[in-house]
Amino acid sequence: MKNPSVDTHLLPAERAGDEPLLAVDNLHVEFQTRQGVVRAVNGVSYSVDAGETLAVLGESGSGKSVTAQAIMGILDMPPARIPKGEVRFHGTDLLTMPDDARGQIRGRRIAMIFQDALSALNPVFTVGWQIGEMFRVHQGMSKRDARRKAVELMDRVRIPGAKSRVDDFPHQFSGGMRQRIMIAMAIALDPEILIADEPTTALDVTVQAQIMGLLAELQQESDMGLILITHDLGVVADVADKIAVMYGGRIVENASVFDGYRAPAHPYTKGLLESIPRVDLKGQELYAIKGMPPNLLDMPTGCAFHPRCPYRKENCVTDAPPLYTVSDTRGSACHYWREVLDDGSN
Amino acid sequence: MGRYVIRRLLQAIPVLVGTTFLLFATVYALPGDPIAALGGDRRLDPQLVSRMREQFHLNDPLLVQYWYYIRDILSGDFGTTFRGVPVSSLFEGKFQVTFQLAITALVFEAIIGVGLGLWAALRRGRWQDQAVLAVTLLLVSIPTLVSGFVLQLVLGVKLKQNTGVDFFPVAGIQDGMRSYIVPGLVLAGLSIAYLTRLTRTSLMETLRADYIRTAVAKGMSRRRVLGRHALRNSLIPLITYLGADLGTLMGGAIITETIFNLPGIGQQLFQSVYLRENAVVVGIVTVLVLVYVLANLIVDLLYAVLDPRIRYE
Amino acid sequence: MSNATVAESAKDKDARPEKARRPASLWSDAWHDLRRNKVFILGSILVLILLLMAAFPSLFSSVNAYDPSTCDLSNAREGITSKHWFGTDNLGCDTYSRVIYGARVSVIVGIATSLISAVVGGGLGLLAGYYSRWVDVLLSRLAEIFFAIPSVLGALLFLSAIGRENAGAFTVVLSLAVLAWPLILRIMRAAVISAKNQDYVTAARALGAGPGRIMLRHIMPNAIAPVIVTATLNLGVFIAAEAGLSFLGVGVQPPTISWGLMIGDARRRFLEAPEPLIFPAIFLSITVLAFVMLGDAVRDALDPKLR
Repeated sequence: MKNPSVDTHLLPAERAGDEPLLAVDNLHVEFQTRQGVVRAVNGVSYSVDAGETLAVLGESGSGKSVTAQAIMGILDMPPARIPKGEVRFHGTDLLTMPDDARGQIRGRRIAMIFQDALSALNPVFTVGWQIGEMFRVHQGMSKRDARRKAVELMDRVRIPGAKSRVDDFPHQFSGGMRQRIMIAMAIALDPEILIADEPTTALDVTVQAQIMGLLAELQQESDMGLILITHDLGVVADVADKIAVMYGGRIVENASVFDGYRAPAHPYTKGLLESIPRVDLKGQELYAIKGMPPNLLDMPTGCAFHPRCPYRKENCVTDAPPLYTVSDTRGSACHYWREVLDDGSN
Repeated sequence: MGRYVIRRLLQAIPVLVGTTFLLFATVYALPGDPIAALGGDRRLDPQLVSRMREQFHLNDPLLVQYWYYIRDILSGDFGTTFRGVPVSSLFEGKFQVTFQLAITALVFEAIIGVGLGLWAALRRGRWQDQAVLAVTLLLVSIPTLVSGFVLQLVLGVKLKQNTGVDFFPVAGIQDGMRSYIVPGLVLAGLSIAYLTRLTRTSLMETLRADYIRTAVAKGMSRRRVLGRHALRNSLIPLITYLGADLGTLMGGAIITETIFNLPGIGQQLFQSVYLRENAVVVGIVTVLVLVYVLANLIVDLLYAVLDPRIRYE
Repeated sequence: MSNATVAESAKDKDARPEKARRPASLWSDAWHDLRRNKVFILGSILVLILLLMAAFPSLFSSVNAYDPSTCDLSNAREGITSKHWFGTDNLGCDTYSRVIYGARVSVIVGIATSLISAVVGGGLGLLAGYYSRWVDVLLSRLAEIFFAIPSVLGALLFLSAIGRENAGAFTVVLSLAVLAWPLILRIMRAAVISAKNQDYVTAARALGAGPGRIMLRHIMPNAIAPVIVTATLNLGVFIAAEAGLSFLGVGVQPPTISWGLMIGDARRRFLEAPEPLIFPAIFLSITVLAFVMLGDAVRDALDPKLR
């Protein structure tokens, strides 16, 4: 159900009257800590349309999860604060929306699943109760009907013997099955957007593929927009339509998944790609990006990536690069993106 | 769950045997001849002494004496004092008084402790939270010995003198339920402080849990997140604490009962210590320790009912 | 990455630059925290005054409370006067000087009990945690048996069995310590078990260090913090317990002066002459408060998780 004619990669402000399903626009999030203000997200923009999958890539601390939590409206405020930016859903800003209107969207129209399904599921309620709660609370369904719907959903996410397991507790399931339960809960009310925050990080490799396959399949069936947050590029290559790479609270590159993987336009993306183990390069030393992720309390001057960057030149230390337009579907926040791009296509 | 219950019950047996033996040995292995002590300064007729030694198995080895003692206790016979009064007759009516006192304290504890703790946790870091913590610090620091006499003076005497209000009886149990209010509050003091702190940390920890974030992301209202998702989880340790505390309160009632002149088991214990009736002292302490151990056991089983993670271990 | 972890990792980076994992920095961090903690400062000042009072009561009172000639029966239960700041008791003795002299028993019993139970419980906990198997089973079961006895009841039984003529500060310490060590054992054992699986302990063993050296040099410094916290918090508990036992008549015996005994003596005439009871009660509460403040502050500094 993809619509390739719509250009979804430009910033929303630049589009003419064609508002995407969900658009994050120049979002800033900061945390008040004892040591000072931590700017976790600094002007992030991305968008997703129905049926589209956006992969948000980055190391921990890059701000990718915080952005997702800001979209959901589940940040603890305080200590978090959103000084600037918009999150538009069908063109309406969620951040300025009254609480009860936003409550109508959260969980029903925009849903989210988390990394560690064991801790993300309540240990003292049965899985059927937790899935059924969506129907009971949001649709006023009776207990018995909600339980029946829970079984249906468990079948839909392929939990074997759903009927007999609906009254089990989360800890009685395996890791993969628990993540399926999380997914069942999230898709219960047919959301238009599903945000998956590192959905497979805690799982075995074989299970990872199954879960990614399930997500892709569910998306096809219902035409959801899917935001897939991960630090693992290998996981998303098959399912994503486009990628947004985050570093130090900013987007450093956005591209279609094809362009991004073929020839990255930012040295950080390049580094990430080169650190994926590849069968065809067996025997070669695995590349690792040197240095540490930036300290959010003490960001490097200029380009945040410069201390770790092999393309660094003098002005990188002083001038923060804007998001340069690489092509009409692509952006890179690197002064020297041309060089990076050239290296990549060789 | 059945396996868990059986295992827990089996674990309790060596503890019970060990504990009762320890109590028994403490009294009978230590210096001092109980029969001689009975006579005070006078010398007793040697024939009488040997007959009494026989009757109380005092000539047998400690382990044999312990066996007789356990056998008697299991058949409900706590023996007789050296003066010939059955120990169990001294218990009559007294356990009810102590039990009622402990229950009153438990009610205060549950209402005030849980209430203050939840309130503080929801206002974490603000002045209300700081104030609650300061109050618990004070409560922990005031021994029963002090709070008992102070409340007796303030509520029982000064209040009556200055305002004519005579609502709080502070001695005896003639006023029925009302008699237990002030002593119950005094007995609960320390526990209120502990429970307040426990409630506060428990709820704060629960609110940090990932599944709370999930509930919010599911679009549940703040009310429902707190009332359904957080409360159930944070109440588990509180209920177990309260259950175990019933045993502690009954065992710790001795000073409160002495101050407020309540004819409970603690006061009996105090009098028996004073009169050096060791059989009575051991009997009472054994029973109270049994209550304590059983309360803990029941709480462990309750835990399994409340927390499914243990139930299916 | 959740917002909490962002804030926390940022905090950690700033507060503890490089040596976050080194045990030494736990202590220096704790000391850094303590020095700024108002509760700790106030508690320490109170404790210092109490220690001084216990060691040199004559600094605080010109009257020697142990000298019976200072009592005057004809002045019994006198209220507050310029000569007797806290009034006089049933025997006409000066309550102020008796309260001052009473600090000694409280302080000695509190510190001695805490120290003994920490050393015994800590030592056995170290053995139980390190050797596991039968040593652990034996010690843990033994601790469980003692643990099942509520401390006031156990101490009462022990002291009444010893008999009043043998009772004194020493037996009170013994009776309380006998019931307090199992808690310390449990805490130490848990800390040792988690410490002994750390890499540096395995490394030390690989380098041929003997069990004694491993336990004392490598494990103990990393496992002792929770024991210190509990031992400090227990100080106040033991002081209150001593007062309670003395009040019940099984603790320290006259002529030794103890706040618990004073409260017991003043009890019968309390409603008409409250001073001889109220003043030792106030001192007792402030003393317990001082040690609890110290314990709270030490806990916050050494184990931020418990806050």
